[in-house]
Amino acid sequence: MSYSKRNDGRGFDELRPIEAKAGVIKSADGSAMFKIGKTVAYAVVRGPRDLYPKFLKDPTKGILRVNYQMMPFSGVGERIKPGPNRRAKEISMVTEHALSNIIILEKFPNSVVDVYIDIPQADAGTRCAGISAAAIALADAGIPMKEMVSAVAVGRVGDKLVVDLDYSEESFEGGASDMPVAVTSRTKKISLLQMDGELEASQLKELLEKARKACAQINEIQKSALKEKYNVEEVEENDSE
Amino acid sequence: MTEESKLLIKEKEIVVPGEELAKGMDFLPSAGSYRSEDAIVSEVLGIAKVDGKVIKVVPLTGKYMPKRNDVIIVQVSDVTYSSWSLDTFSPYSAMMSMKDATAEYLERGADLTKIYNIGDYIVAKVTNVTSQKLVDITVKGPGLRKLRKGRIIHVNSNKVPRIIGKQGSMVNIIKEHTGAQVAVGQNGVVWIYSENPEMENLSEKAIRKIEDEAHTSGLTEKMQVWLAEQVGGKK
Amino acid sequence: MIVNKEMKEHMIDALKKGLRFDGRKNDELRKAVVEYDVSMTAEGSAKVSLGDTVVIAGVKLSVEKPYPDTPDEGMLMVNAEFMPMANPDFESGPPSSESVELARVVDKGIRECRAIDTKKLCIEPGEKAWSVGIDIMTMNDDGNLLDAAGLAAMAALKVSRLPKLNEDGTISYDEKTDEKLPVSKEPMLVTVHMIGDEIIVDPKLDEEHCSDARISVSYVDDKTICAIQKGGEKALTIDQIDKMVGVAMKKAKELRKAL
Repeated sequence: MSYSKRNDGRGFDELRPIEAKAGVIKSADGSAMFKIGKTVAYAVVRGPRDLYPKFLKDPTKGILRVNYQMMPFSGVGERIKPGPNRRAKEISMVTEHALSNIIILEKFPNSVVDVYIDIPQADAGTRCAGISAAAIALADAGIPMKEMVSAVAVGRVGDKLVVDLDYSEESFEGGASDMPVAVTSRTKKISLLQMDGELEASQLKELLEKARKACAQINEIQKSALKEKYNVEEVEENDSE
Repeated sequence: MTEESKLLIKEKEIVVPGEELAKGMDFLPSAGSYRSEDAIVSEVLGIAKVDGKVIKVVPLTGKYMPKRNDVIIVQVSDVTYSSWSLDTFSPYSAMMSMKDATAEYLERGADLTKIYNIGDYIVAKVTNVTSQKLVDITVKGPGLRKLRKGRIIHVNSNKVPRIIGKQGSMVNIIKEHTGAQVAVGQNGVVWIYSENPEMENLSEKAIRKIEDEAHTSGLTEKMQVWLAEQVGGKK
Repeated sequence: MIVNKEMKEHMIDALKKGLRFDGRKNDELRKAVVEYDVSMTAEGSAKVSLGDTVVIAGVKLSVEKPYPDTPDEGMLMVNAEFMPMANPDFESGPPSSESVELARVVDKGIRECRAIDTKKLCIEPGEKAWSVGIDIMTMNDDGNLLDAAGLAAMAALKVSRLPKLNEDGTISYDEKTDEKLPVSKEPMLVTVHMIGDEIIVDPKLDEEHCSDARISVSYVDDKTICAIQKGGEKALTIDQIDKMVGVAMKKAKELRKAL
């Protein structure tokens, strides 16, 4: 089945409109809100902090813990019952892997950095929005990182390769494949890669290139969100130095 | 040298992790930055500072990390028969043994809760931090003591130098105008006490104001004027 | 958080002089801001900021079989999550007793005064009726999650609309109708605290930690109470309770203006 025009009129390589803000939860060590199209993700970082139970402590480096959860009223259909959920567990784990390789964990041994990702409204691309939000929140919390990371879902809808699928495209009648990809900001490496649906192997490389380009755009927005929060008109030499 | 070394950012620019600060082997990374091949890269969200060939990034945010000789405000979380465990409001808790607790003589088997009990706030000095981040503190020394009545607030530990000011100049302005007693720990924990609740509230407001405007210039004069107005208005 | 006794005494000294640490008077509420429709996937939602305390409530509707003892009435369920994002002491996992208590207090306020006309939720007596699910998610805890939650739940219900019920019995959630939930009353939840012997309302987090007792009251209108809950370990005299309930009445009127 042919997909000649995107449902919302976007270009095939075009991202949905993005809104990102840092420092939205006052009591958190770091936080961010990342909205892409109708998908909204909040990320909150607490840490580095003391870690319980004790046996989890690593004397050589800190550990990263990610907890991803969708709010009961965030789904496109019925209410999502709160509680342990296999999909959420899997997303928590792949998000953890996507983030841990950029964080300089050696700087805080015997402690933990907790990242909480919560989704109040979903329209596909939630795990990607969560990762993009988490990266802003980690920087906002002052966690040392080699670089940042951003994520976007690319894929095939009908006969076209597209960037940033929304829910209607994910469930396209003519068949679709959904591929969330996370790309690091400086070295441009892939730290998250998953795929559902069918895709011709020869199209993989092209899609990954599209993801790289889109993630670079997202990273600019992440940077702006951080700089905006700490917007300084004039910086004075510290009195005590 | 095949390529000229060059600075990619302006002095005092806000940079994010992964942002390239300079290219070329001439430059040297310092705190908050690292070298990756021929580039100097930021590893935190902070303000880039260039000193000759040395580039560092001063963090704008982030938890306090205990450092030797820092004077901090801690809270007792546990008492055993020979030592105290303390919350340093950082990722690492501290320990204090009997010998560091007080200048007075302590008998073996003494009830340690009578000296510092769970919940007590203490102004203490960090004596040692191991590579595994085990922290030792002492209360023996000038200015170190148990805190009594008053209130405790938490500020961004990165703003503490600004709140204290050069040789205490900033915090002294607050104390002079409000008459309150103020103790500022390097870990971002602040204690304020005044018999007059209005003056205590004003002191807290002043500290929050300095925290918010830490990056602006002329803050010391600004605070003088602001505090004088506030105190005058209440009379 | 460990409470320091001497510092608590110091707070009480200030309260005796009628001044709180943030400059408010003992019976002064923080600024309450209500933002509607913050989640388009919910049938109704609202975000409440009470000072720095932020709570989101979302309403989801479904069609269920009515309870056998009330075959011609719809159902109501209130759930609350103390999310780790809101407070460093909140852990992820099964609901804590505090979050269960909060959900039940908010539930009572809405259910007892029949704020939702559950008879109007009946689709087919004995077979089908609308079930209203309210989920309260704490975003930032700076004290008084209870009152923020009560206000958020009420605000979310106020703007809730029924989704399209198709002839074959399925629900098209993406097509909302113009039909609003039958909400006929606006109960307001106000919690009054006692620290030492001083009465305060809308405590910030540091005050809440020093609270010795609290009474949550739901006022369905300016003078009728529809639910009461006492919390905290300190026992109260009848006079104290009477006074606190009176303060709640005044504050309920004020809080209702934020809706």
